[in-house]
Amino acid sequence: MQQVIRDKALSLLEAGKVDRVLAWKEGEFFYDQTPHVFKTAEEINRSLVYNGFSAANLSKYLVKETLKDGMIAVFLKPCDTYSFSQLLKEHRIPREKVWAVGIPCDGKLDIDRIRKAGLRGITSIREDGDRLSVSTIYGEKTVAKSDALAERCENCKSRKHIVYDELIGSEGEALDSGRFDAVEALEKMSPEERFAFWQKELSRCIRCNACRNACPACTCEKCVFDNPASGIESKAPASSFEEQNFHIIRAFHVVGRCTDCGECSRVCPQSIPLHLINRKFIKDINEFYGTYQAGENPDERAPLTNFDKDDMEPADAFRKGE
Amino acid sequence: MKKIALQNLPKLFSAISESKALYLPVDTESGAEFRLYREGDTLSEACNTNRSAKDFFFPQVEDMAEFKVEGKKIEVLDIRRESEEFVIFGARACDVKSFEILDSVFLADPVDTYYKNRREHVTVISLACNFPEETCFCSTFGIDAASPAGDVAAWIIDEELYMTALTEKGEAFLSAHAALLSDADESKVDKKKEEIAEICHRLPLQNLPVEHFKAEKLMEHFNDPKWAELSQSCIGCGTCTFVCPTCQCFDIRDFDTGNGIQRYRCWDSCMYSDFTQMAAAQPRLTQLERFRQRFMHKLVYHPANHEGTYGCVGCGRCLAKCPISMNIAKVIKEIGGEK
Repeated sequence: MQQVIRDKALSLLEAGKVDRVLAWKEGEFFYDQTPHVFKTAEEINRSLVYNGFSAANLSKYLVKETLKDGMIAVFLKPCDTYSFSQLLKEHRIPREKVWAVGIPCDGKLDIDRIRKAGLRGITSIREDGDRLSVSTIYGEKTVAKSDALAERCENCKSRKHIVYDELIGSEGEALDSGRFDAVEALEKMSPEERFAFWQKELSRCIRCNACRNACPACTCEKCVFDNPASGIESKAPASSFEEQNFHIIRAFHVVGRCTDCGECSRVCPQSIPLHLINRKFIKDINEFYGTYQAGENPDERAPLTNFDKDDMEPADAFRKGE
Repeated sequence: MKKIALQNLPKLFSAISESKALYLPVDTESGAEFRLYREGDTLSEACNTNRSAKDFFFPQVEDMAEFKVEGKKIEVLDIRRESEEFVIFGARACDVKSFEILDSVFLADPVDTYYKNRREHVTVISLACNFPEETCFCSTFGIDAASPAGDVAAWIIDEELYMTALTEKGEAFLSAHAALLSDADESKVDKKKEEIAEICHRLPLQNLPVEHFKAEKLMEHFNDPKWAELSQSCIGCGTCTFVCPTCQCFDIRDFDTGNGIQRYRCWDSCMYSDFTQMAAAQPRLTQLERFRQRFMHKLVYHPANHEGTYGCVGCGRCLAKCPISMNIAKVIKEIGGEK
């Protein structure tokens, strides 16, 4: 697949259809890829990669990249197309400046899960069907691919590409995933247990803002938390209240727009399951206003920006929480 | 040289924590973290904790003073307290070296009394790295993972922990716990050091071309066109700076309590758009400039101002944690390069 994607990137550049290509650049160890804007065939042949660790969602970079002149090509996995579609809907990306190529994905891998399995000094990884051959400083190891899948891929919501100009490979379907199981487990907890759960998770937050800065739904030019004039700027979690405040405010701000791409949890250096907060909101929306998937339908009105006489009364939502 | 069987470590930990606060790296669901010892805790084998050991001396948030306001009267309350005596058990060579780098900043005139207060009350028991990771490159900066500094250096060999004192504080520590320790000879430790050196030799990033960075080439490095490409994907979060054991920038803020001011400081990051608000504004307007600043500081400015000591210890946390896997190793290769 990597070669197919390289060839596509090369032909788009050569035909003059685009003048840059947004994809993943190889790192030192196979797993440490960096999103990158490729401008030459030489660069593409040398370092454009696509494999189990091409996990970063590239769609948010288009906000910045489309401010520049010219056309840019981007490779989007199914879940990335939901983010792209949502950003188009929010008028954050001018559609005509992007050539979107949908690419297949059979789940991305999480290096932390491989490390957690006790593998140290990982220097390279080879994908052999459903096994991973891992070379380490301490010898060769194998890991089942299913044991190394990222959480968001274990609970993949869709293999369908929502929006693209051309597609590599065949189109997939939206899937019945178990992504709300963990939310249900949280809902079943008593308020005290749930509070303790989040207190434990969020107390690890170091306010590095990686979740916010990676989030395709967080595209404010200036975040209130970075704005000294906002009165609520905060650089550090001065108290447990502030930790919760930041994450809850952020979740509220992206509610109805979060496509559940999972970048927040992927990038968190403290392994906080931030996606669960957003999934709770998604699940609530599904229950309050009918099933809704942000990014799925470019023409549909979002439940929270739409009014319908059948809408749930706020008081009902409040009672549901009791 | 002293030693203790690993199975007796809980006894040693209990003994230490009777007189001092003991912190050690323990495994948690989300990785290893330094934590106040609780009975039953075991020493993590992880090379790195998620957060670095700088937290002990330079916590993320710290109250500095309080101001009580009554009408037109302002009273300044000194809230500083003498730090408790504490022990860090199991700090790695890279983190221990970072203390020296932090010292050169915080203990230089004018001395940072908040930092000094904690720094003076610590005893550091370092631990050699039996299993360095691929992200480790401490040897690039002349740090020996097999012979960590600190007050006491320790090695885990088979089922025993070997310890040797490197300072007076270390001597005092070993003699305070002499009842639990037995004498040992150096031969096993020497052999272990050779083993670790052999592993370090095989590390892919063990010898990054850092020597190409020179103060006299400051402007050349500064104007290198490669910064644009390296920084283009940086999302401007503060992960690298916050997990870094040597990043030491902070902001001082006032919190309005309603009847006064709580003045605190907190970590700040040169990667942030609201870093260093000067009289006018943040002088580094784009992520390129912010990104460049971080690496120029570590690789050029810091050594220029501190007799050649780089502002990086090669712990590899930023390599493991950066959301987009752009990091100092890649920067050293590209900018320092094999030119």
